[in-house]
Amino acid sequence: MIKRALALLLVLALGGLFASLMSAYAPDPELNPTARYYAEHTAQDLGAANLVTAIIVTYRGLDTLGEVTVLFLTAAIVGLVLAQSRRRIPHQPVPGGELLATGTRLLTPLILLLGVYVFVNGHLTPGGGFQGGAILASGVLLVLLADPVKPFSHGLISVIESLAGTLYVLIGLAGLALAGGFLDNRILPLGEFGQLFSAGAIPVIYSLIGLKVGAEFASMLASLSETEDL
Amino acid sequence: MIVQVALATGFVLILIGIYGALTQRNLLRMIVAFTVANSGVNLVIVAVGYLPGRTAPILDATVPAAEAAARIIDPVPQALVLTAIVIGLGVTALMLAFAYKLYEKRRSLDIARFSELKW
Amino acid sequence: MSPILTGMTVLLCLAMIVAALAAIRVKSLPMAILAGGLVSLILSVVFLILAAPDVAMTEAAIGSGLTTFLFFFVLSRMRGGEDD
Repeated sequence: MIKRALALLLVLALGGLFASLMSAYAPDPELNPTARYYAEHTAQDLGAANLVTAIIVTYRGLDTLGEVTVLFLTAAIVGLVLAQSRRRIPHQPVPGGELLATGTRLLTPLILLLGVYVFVNGHLTPGGGFQGGAILASGVLLVLLADPVKPFSHGLISVIESLAGTLYVLIGLAGLALAGGFLDNRILPLGEFGQLFSAGAIPVIYSLIGLKVGAEFASMLASLSETEDL
Repeated sequence: MIVQVALATGFVLILIGIYGALTQRNLLRMIVAFTVANSGVNLVIVAVGYLPGRTAPILDATVPAAEAAARIIDPVPQALVLTAIVIGLGVTALMLAFAYKLYEKRRSLDIARFSELKW
Repeated sequence: MSPILTGMTVLLCLAMIVAALAAIRVKSLPMAILAGGLVSLILSVVFLILAAPDVAMTEAAIGSGLTTFLFFFVLSRMRGGEDD
């Protein structure tokens, strides 16, 4: 009971703090200088129509590399922690039936295609590597749910993941050698603004991020779904 | 107006999440409370980047690059939150994996049963 | 900002708070997990209203989709862990 009261007290104190933050808040009438720089220079410098993509892939590309690394570590730790709990004897579930099997076979390629579409168009429309990667992983999730007996190919996933990660770093290094700095997108021609093949290396980098993120999410989902019943 | 509503909701979600994480006894429920608090933080950050009467930071025919600075909202908080959501899923997966291991050891999710580090 | 959009935002925010309260108060654990997913789903619509389509897509795919499934994968392995 005293614990609950303490928690309530803490929440009330935090609430007071937040309320004082809220009362003084008014939205800026103008963009701040950083955002203004991005708004004015992205189109001519990088050729990307989606500013969020430009920031994630190029202006703060090093952050994204770090983020993908954190995600890789998380997937690795989840796999490591759950490695001893992996199901040894595959249990014999009831077969899912013709409808489910055919539906899965029909839908999975379409879901994967949508994921690829989302991350290839990341520099033009809302979307990108992280969203596309999540959509790819949801395609894998459908297969995991519809056919739990099918062995999940961890080898293939780790090959995709390491290839994408290595290429990502290599493209970054190419930027160091051929253009202005690490992960500079101008190693490829900027092309015509608004076209699919434009914005230099941004679509390539974001596609690699998409593949890597998709592989990491898929391996997390598979590790958790392959655990033993307790 | 819309910013204040979103900010207030974000703060309330953070408070609900923290209260839940502190008072629940079931590990999975604590993790659910953490995800609610995480959503609240994301909402607050996005709301801070919103400027009334402006549009999304995507340049096209209606928002030409020349007048972008006067027409779009701040793209930096959006990029940060995009990162935060992805890492949030990673953290949640990690917490769930550890919860599973703890359940494997003790056959219970009650936080009161894990008292080795209690003082 | 049109009054309809403002009203919609207020409604969605109220629904989000109710879902968050349900997520920490409700008796059954699967319901709590679903309520947590609902918070994320409504949040993605609010992000769209706040002119953040990129974040809205991410939240809808990751926050409400994959997270909920991770919870259910773990929950389905733990029979009896729900009622502590």
